[in-house]
Amino acid sequence: MSIRVGKTSKAPDFPVAAKTALQNVQLRQNVHHAADVIRNKRALRVSETPDWQELRNAAHDIKAHTLAHLDHYLVDFERNCQNAGGTVHWARDADEANAIAIGLIQQYGGDEVIKVKTMTSDEIQMNPALQAAGITPHETDLADMIVQLGEDEPSHIVVPALHKNRFEIRDIFCKKMALSNLTAEPEALANAARQYLRDRFLHVKIGISGANFAIAETGSVCVVESEGNGRMCVTLPEVLITLIGIEKIIPSFQDLEVFLQLLPRSATGERMNPYNSLWAGVHAGDGPKAFHVILLDNGRTKLMHSEMERETLDCIRCGACLNACPVYRETGGHAYGSIYSGPIGAILSPQLNSLEYSRSLPYASSLCGACYEVCPVKINIPEILIHLRGRVVHDDQKTLSGTLSQMNLAMKGAALVFGSRRRYEAAQRLGRMGQMLFQHNGQLEHLPGMAGGWTRFRDLRPLPKQSFRDWWKAREAAKPATESETR
Amino acid sequence: MQIALFVACYNDTLFPQTGIAVTSVLERLGHTVTFPMQQTCCGQMHYNTGFHREAVPIVRRFVQTFADAEVVCVPSSSCVAMMREHYEMIAQAENDPAFLADVRALLPRIFELSELLVDRLGIEDVGASFPYSVAYHPSCHSVRVLHLGDKPTRLLRAVQGIHLIDIPNKEQCCGFGGTFAVKNADVSGAMLAEKQASILSTGAEVVTAVDNSCLMHIYGGLHRAGSTIRTLHLAEILASQESAQ
Repeated sequence: MSIRVGKTSKAPDFPVAAKTALQNVQLRQNVHHAADVIRNKRALRVSETPDWQELRNAAHDIKAHTLAHLDHYLVDFERNCQNAGGTVHWARDADEANAIAIGLIQQYGGDEVIKVKTMTSDEIQMNPALQAAGITPHETDLADMIVQLGEDEPSHIVVPALHKNRFEIRDIFCKKMALSNLTAEPEALANAARQYLRDRFLHVKIGISGANFAIAETGSVCVVESEGNGRMCVTLPEVLITLIGIEKIIPSFQDLEVFLQLLPRSATGERMNPYNSLWAGVHAGDGPKAFHVILLDNGRTKLMHSEMERETLDCIRCGACLNACPVYRETGGHAYGSIYSGPIGAILSPQLNSLEYSRSLPYASSLCGACYEVCPVKINIPEILIHLRGRVVHDDQKTLSGTLSQMNLAMKGAALVFGSRRRYEAAQRLGRMGQMLFQHNGQLEHLPGMAGGWTRFRDLRPLPKQSFRDWWKAREAAKPATESETR
Repeated sequence: MQIALFVACYNDTLFPQTGIAVTSVLERLGHTVTFPMQQTCCGQMHYNTGFHREAVPIVRRFVQTFADAEVVCVPSSSCVAMMREHYEMIAQAENDPAFLADVRALLPRIFELSELLVDRLGIEDVGASFPYSVAYHPSCHSVRVLHLGDKPTRLLRAVQGIHLIDIPNKEQCCGFGGTFAVKNADVSGAMLAEKQASILSTGAEVVTAVDNSCLMHIYGGLHRAGSTIRTLHLAEILASQESAQ
């Protein structure tokens, strides 16, 4: 199996990558601004939807039901898609999916493709695979195009170029489109992108898309977007290849009613997406002449055995958790080392891929719960993070270096201390004595080892001379005397 | 009412004045406070850091220590969050029906301080007086796990002489997150810087919360930056009898 999740296997640990990101002032300003704008718009849309919590519950239930019976619904989808004239391919992992896509493109005689909604294709690193096979991919979603032209990586699930402001985008366009007098006005940038893309929409014969939903009952595929470039991609080419993660299945057409209310409000703070494309199979004289679906596993079935882990697959990729996350807010998406960033990335990447590649991701959260609060399908992300931390520690403790790590020794020691009143009170006394070495101006300003992480940014008041329990003991001891005095 | 105090290990060790204040408020209201000496920790630090096996004996110890309590008062919302979110799950994973039964019997009797005062004892004015401008920091677990809502601010509004100020973007995390603060010190520090700026913009003299852990973090940043804003647990304001001159 060659499960691949973006470039996670080569990514540095989160704290290291985050440190680099934190030094990029422009990036942080861009992320703060963009996250604030989307977050506020979302809050407004949610506030005007009185049955929001019921919708979330319904979505959670539909997803839980579908994933529990996924074998059934996937086969339904395959049958109904093929009945409508589509062809369904099954891919166990990244390599299989890329090989199927390349085989189809070569079969139809193309050497260029237009692409939209390509996060799943980024997951399996399809573009490098296409290029290696001599096929040129053109990203057509505006933000994906900016990322591709800028030879960059996406930093957000919904807004992949969120880390770039319009001046930086102007510079990329000038360089890659050989324009000299482009201004950074949104209209000018949109116009430049439109001219660049129109040319490709009109001459490229093969399109590759992702999907927001795949409907088992009808074999239809649904893509929602803001620009209409997706609509072009799924209607203009002669051949359409749609790559779908197996968790994108929903049972019935009516289920869309729930998700199409939740997704746009959560993702971009819109009541409805400007473009909602829905199609099934092929139709003579209308749209592509050939339609292929690649159903992708790439690690997803590994999550099926555990109810808690499986909940991760409920995700509809709205990105609301990223916009709400105070960690993502400071670091942006690249620090997560994966196409899937933010809180959902911190649980999705380590589970799809092997946990060993993303050991630091479950810890990339203060467990503040903001992600869970906004999640439209109610994925309990903090709970899953804690669960994954448990797996990391469990694996660590099997190795010598893990057993001897500062964190393990500290936690083992603390567990011993909390296990007995005598040891706990002794530790309090020891702490009061030991801290004298580090006191300066009545504060602890520089602590050694792990605790040094604290004092790099914060002072700490020393332990007071008397603990609460010492005070209590003293008070209890004094009581009979007081009582006898009053008598 | 007989109220057993679980003061929380870090309050016991670092913030004894919070436990003293809780005792003083509850006794002033005519209740009897007990402090079971066998108590140590709720197990949150171990559990949230992934040391699940190590957390179990700590949780068992807590449950045993407070099994007979009429009511348990905890002046730390994140400890209560640990209990409500994870104790049942932990007992279930242990496959120990007696342990699970004890957990289920105890949980409804555990109250965070403002819950105890407002919900269980039905009181908002505890007879306090505190003539300062105060910014209330709604800590993450108090808002998003315990859903305390306006309970703490209802208690604060009833304090004589207080001037309560809202912190901009108040529900955003201060960046503490337990071991997160040392494991991801840089990100935590950046989150703290944003929170500090929000607090400084209020011009408040005092920051308060229902969790000393967040306050310890906020204090650490403010003090490092040379600010003289004080950090005080809600209990200490509710215990105060200081009046304006």
